[in-house]
Amino acid sequence: MLQRTLNLAHPDDIYNAIVDAHKELSEEQCRTFDARLILLLVNHIGDEAVIREALKEARP
Amino acid sequence: MDGAGAGRLSSYDYRHYPYRRPAELDGKGSRRPVVIAGAGLAGPTLALSLALRGVPSVLLDDDDTVSFGSRSICQAQHSLEIWDRFGIAQRMVEKGITWEEGEVYLRDQPIYHFNLAPEPGHKFPAFVNLQQYYVEEYLYDACLAEKRIELRPRNKVVGVSPRTDGVLVEVETPDGRYTLEADWLVACDGVRSPVRHLLGLPFPGEVFHDQFLIADIKLLGELPKERRFWFYPPFHPTNSVLLHRQADNILRADFQLGHDADPEEEKKPENVDKRLRQMFGPEARWQHEWTSVYTFTCRMMERFVHGRVVFAGDAAHVVSPFGARGGNAAVADADNLAWKLALVLKGEAPDGLIASYDSERRAAARENILNSTRSTDFITPKFPASRAFRDATLSLARDFPFARALINSGRLSVPTVQAGSPIDTPDADADWSSGPAPGQAVVDAPLGNGWLVDRVGLGFTLLTFGKCAFTPPGITVVEIEEDGLVRQRYDARPGTAYLVRPDRYVAARWRQPSAEMVQSALERGKGRS
Repeated sequence: MLQRTLNLAHPDDIYNAIVDAHKELSEEQCRTFDARLILLLVNHIGDEAVIREALKEARP
Repeated sequence: MDGAGAGRLSSYDYRHYPYRRPAELDGKGSRRPVVIAGAGLAGPTLALSLALRGVPSVLLDDDDTVSFGSRSICQAQHSLEIWDRFGIAQRMVEKGITWEEGEVYLRDQPIYHFNLAPEPGHKFPAFVNLQQYYVEEYLYDACLAEKRIELRPRNKVVGVSPRTDGVLVEVETPDGRYTLEADWLVACDGVRSPVRHLLGLPFPGEVFHDQFLIADIKLLGELPKERRFWFYPPFHPTNSVLLHRQADNILRADFQLGHDADPEEEKKPENVDKRLRQMFGPEARWQHEWTSVYTFTCRMMERFVHGRVVFAGDAAHVVSPFGARGGNAAVADADNLAWKLALVLKGEAPDGLIASYDSERRAAARENILNSTRSTDFITPKFPASRAFRDATLSLARDFPFARALINSGRLSVPTVQAGSPIDTPDADADWSSGPAPGQAVVDAPLGNGWLVDRVGLGFTLLTFGKCAFTPPGITVVEIEEDGLVRQRYDARPGTAYLVRPDRYVAARWRQPSAEMVQSALERGKGRS
């Protein structure tokens, strides 16, 4: 089951760390960065049901 | 794949198999149990498999020689096991290049090394690379030596009239046309299948627009034995390159060209040489064997069985070349169909058994197309996000082992799983931790002085671990007393038994079977219940 409530001790820090990591990257570099980040996190999570649920919920 | 051969000379000596005036042209000849259209990989494999079971066939081909160009070069273990029954697999192993390892490169760096057969104890290697023309030559030799097979070169199918109990096949020869009456017609006549066109049957699927250039060359110098795949190599920085060794010191280089390349321009010797020069360096010397620019499609027929007309191989389904799933699937089709046709023709099984060919091999084709499409999408991403994830995977692979497993340069052919087939008996015992389940191919292992695959007969075989307490009629029993690999690979305990189909797929398995259980699985396996 995908976590729907806060699971971070310092939410503002992590949120800004993600945004800041994209600073000074071109659009194309951002895309590469995001793809690398997603792959790293997805493998770490490992739970396929959670990943599929997140894939569904993330759709704009 | 659809290719446009450049018609360069090959060092292979193309034999012309003699045309003989068919008896039917002089009003002789009789109704045939099986007529096979097309003598590529599937056709002769089917004819030989039928002949082993006593069923004669006529094998028609529109030309009089073997495959033009090396085409399907990676012969998988399962295909070799099938061809071994005709006594030609050892010849292929000796002539071909045995490989089990591969290396994937990003730019000039190796990022991923794989070994397809990490475990010893199989009669045949994971793959042997051998040009299709050699494979066909050996198959033709076996066909010519078999009195039950009538190989008819320069006999082209030009008409098909299905009947309820058979098929009329109209054939064109240099001496005129004749009609063959057959119980069954099997169309093994390739991706452009004339039989499929004559019957007006659709061939739906997906068209891929990326173009690839195959250059088969004889390179004078040291040749790598393993498969090599490059993403963005220095000698072809915008795309991918696949390198494979073949028999006779021939290398296949397969360059991805992209959508917009001009095939006529790319095929020009000076342009091919420019690419090869960058790849092999200023000192290298080579001779051209065969050059072809191709695109490919992934397609399959909605049904492979249409009354008494059955489709097999590329005629029924085509995939991209990544994964060696075209030729090997064609061989598996033929092996799946042969024993079923033989039983039906002998009156030991109802016509309905052929329906299981349709469901099993369509499931296999779907699996092959899925794997092949995924490889294709990885190698040639179709939209920017797809490319971003592909490139992210490649860039992570050196430092993060998990990403290496995501690199898809072709998931190489293994026997497909035919789960849930109506003629297999599902597991009733729940305590299997390994071993091939019903719908999976048997796994080879050393047995006595030989191999398990050699002990599986032409009919159904019961492998029992320990003595078999009963004598099941119509089944060959192989009692396995030894310990070791075979027990591990079959998760065997005393009493464990596997019922193996003639195509070396598992029909059923039990911890402690009774005679009735085995008999009922046999009936089901023959489509009789």
